[in-house]
Amino acid sequence: MTEIKKHPFTQIYSNIKKFKALPVMGVYLILITVFIILSPKVFTRPFIYMSFLQTIPPQLVLALGLTLIITAGEIDLSFSAVIAFSGFLFSFIYKNFGENDFAALMGIVAALGGGAFVGYINGLLVARLKVPSIMATLAAQFFWNGLTVLLCGGLSLNIKSIRGTFFHSLFVGRLFDLIPVQAFWAIGLTVFLWFILNRHRFGEALMFIGDNPEVARVMGVNIENTKIKLFTLQGLLAGFAALLLTLEMINFWSNQGSGYLLPVMAAVFIGGTSIAGGEGIMVGTFFGAFIIGSLEAGVVATGIGGYWVRLTTGLVMAGSIILNNVLKNEKISFKDFFRKSVFTKGLNKGK
Amino acid sequence: MALNTEYEFAVKIEKCCKYYGHIHALKEIDFEVGSNEVVGLIGDNGAGKSSLIKIITGVYPPTSGNFYIKGKKIDPRSFSVKQAQNMGIATVYQDRSLAEKQDLWRNFFIGRQITNAFGFINVKKEKAIAKEILLNTIGFRGVGITVDSKVSTLSGGERQGIAIGRAMYFDSDLIILDEPTVALSLKEIKKVINFVEKIKENNKASIFISHNIADVYSVSDRFVVLDRGEVVGNIPKSDISLKDLNTFLLDYAHRLKDEDK
Repeated sequence: MTEIKKHPFTQIYSNIKKFKALPVMGVYLILITVFIILSPKVFTRPFIYMSFLQTIPPQLVLALGLTLIITAGEIDLSFSAVIAFSGFLFSFIYKNFGENDFAALMGIVAALGGGAFVGYINGLLVARLKVPSIMATLAAQFFWNGLTVLLCGGLSLNIKSIRGTFFHSLFVGRLFDLIPVQAFWAIGLTVFLWFILNRHRFGEALMFIGDNPEVARVMGVNIENTKIKLFTLQGLLAGFAALLLTLEMINFWSNQGSGYLLPVMAAVFIGGTSIAGGEGIMVGTFFGAFIIGSLEAGVVATGIGGYWVRLTTGLVMAGSIILNNVLKNEKISFKDFFRKSVFTKGLNKGK
Repeated sequence: MALNTEYEFAVKIEKCCKYYGHIHALKEIDFEVGSNEVVGLIGDNGAGKSSLIKIITGVYPPTSGNFYIKGKKIDPRSFSVKQAQNMGIATVYQDRSLAEKQDLWRNFFIGRQITNAFGFINVKKEKAIAKEILLNTIGFRGVGITVDSKVSTLSGGERQGIAIGRAMYFDSDLIILDEPTVALSLKEIKKVINFVEKIKENNKASIFISHNIADVYSVSDRFVVLDRGEVVGNIPKSDISLKDLNTFLLDYAHRLKDEDK
């Protein structure tokens, strides 16, 4: 057996390239470094990081599910409605069944079940009726949001009495009175879903469906069932994210989650997962969510002002996506960006 | 022709007819593939090639006729794609065999992963078997292809090789190659032909469908020429040279034209 010997550096380089979350980790590191330099008072103390660990988990959980969806070549726009719907189910049941641990448990089951149900309906629409997922889930987003507003009458529900109870501490308590417990849930889910995507039959089916559904079908993958399971899982995860958010805020309000759609998508794309499908990068999404979640607080803390948040987000996102694309594709380089650009075309004509 | 297998024909079809509504697609076809034979299936578009293949792979049942796989009589009403696969019939398509962005080892096992009770994949075992297929069944050595290679880095011929190797490893006794050399360069075609020869070495049967007579000639043991749902030629390779085969086909085409007039 003869194998081509590679130069050790080529070997190291190709091994590094296999770890696809590396660019986004680099971006996050640079970002934090910049923040530390610009506002050392805030970013050298643990408080800001603890507040990240408290606010980012709901978005992270949504982004993890969305990574699976995008891997399969689909999209989900309805998860932000599930944040409201499941949050309402939980708060309503908790308030109306005695505000005790049992009511909380029923509320949790209802929130997760409600989320999974929304996802299941999405799955049926996409897999059985062949409705393109962007259309099906957009309709779902309006419908479930609208239903939530109708059910709650546009009012918010205060669930203050849940603070300090068993379920509150289980999901959003503070470990050693410092570290938000939801961070552990988020990290645990990241690891679990990494294994589901990369080491489970289900995840492999998602990659093949996103890559080439015809190949998946010919090789015996049940595409319909896989897609229904996928959307149900996403609904379940959105229900869980709703629980984390509602419990953390100890309050439900009717348009909660409505601003989540685009940041969560941005987190997935910053993480290096491509809309083209066939490949999902869980660790990338993890850091993508942290980048998105840190930007606002970071930019404000540096003192350049809140008006700069969106612009900076756009820059960081574009930078990460370009970086990922160039590193992934050997055929393009930064040089091409200028050489083939329409603006410089005239200049190169003589050559 | 049978060497050390317990059946003489991988597939045997007698007096098979197929109607699609009023269209008579196959007219009393007799067709068989020996257990270790490569049959070249030749015919124009609409000659009945794909109807025949679809009957063998379980997509459509034949309207009438007797149908045997590995010596067992098949009941066409209960025959399905799944059953065809279980009986060892695999089809390698030109462009739907492998998923581009996935690792080779995943492509070998998609649809039949080695998993534990919870559905988690045994990566080590899958990679070891994939390596075994790569080195021994297909014979990729020293060409820089490993089980971790992405399909997108392989050439067209290599992809066909991977798909053929996968079919051979998973105990397919009849591998149907549907236009495996379309859109490939000469060098790549040579590779595919080598892989088809491997099918014979592994004591398995194959049906090779191609418009390219030269490709069909170089790998097949026997040629079956279809036209308008009829077998118009059933010629062993030893009886005919490539030139004569070409002449036969051209003459036949001319004769048809004259008849049409």
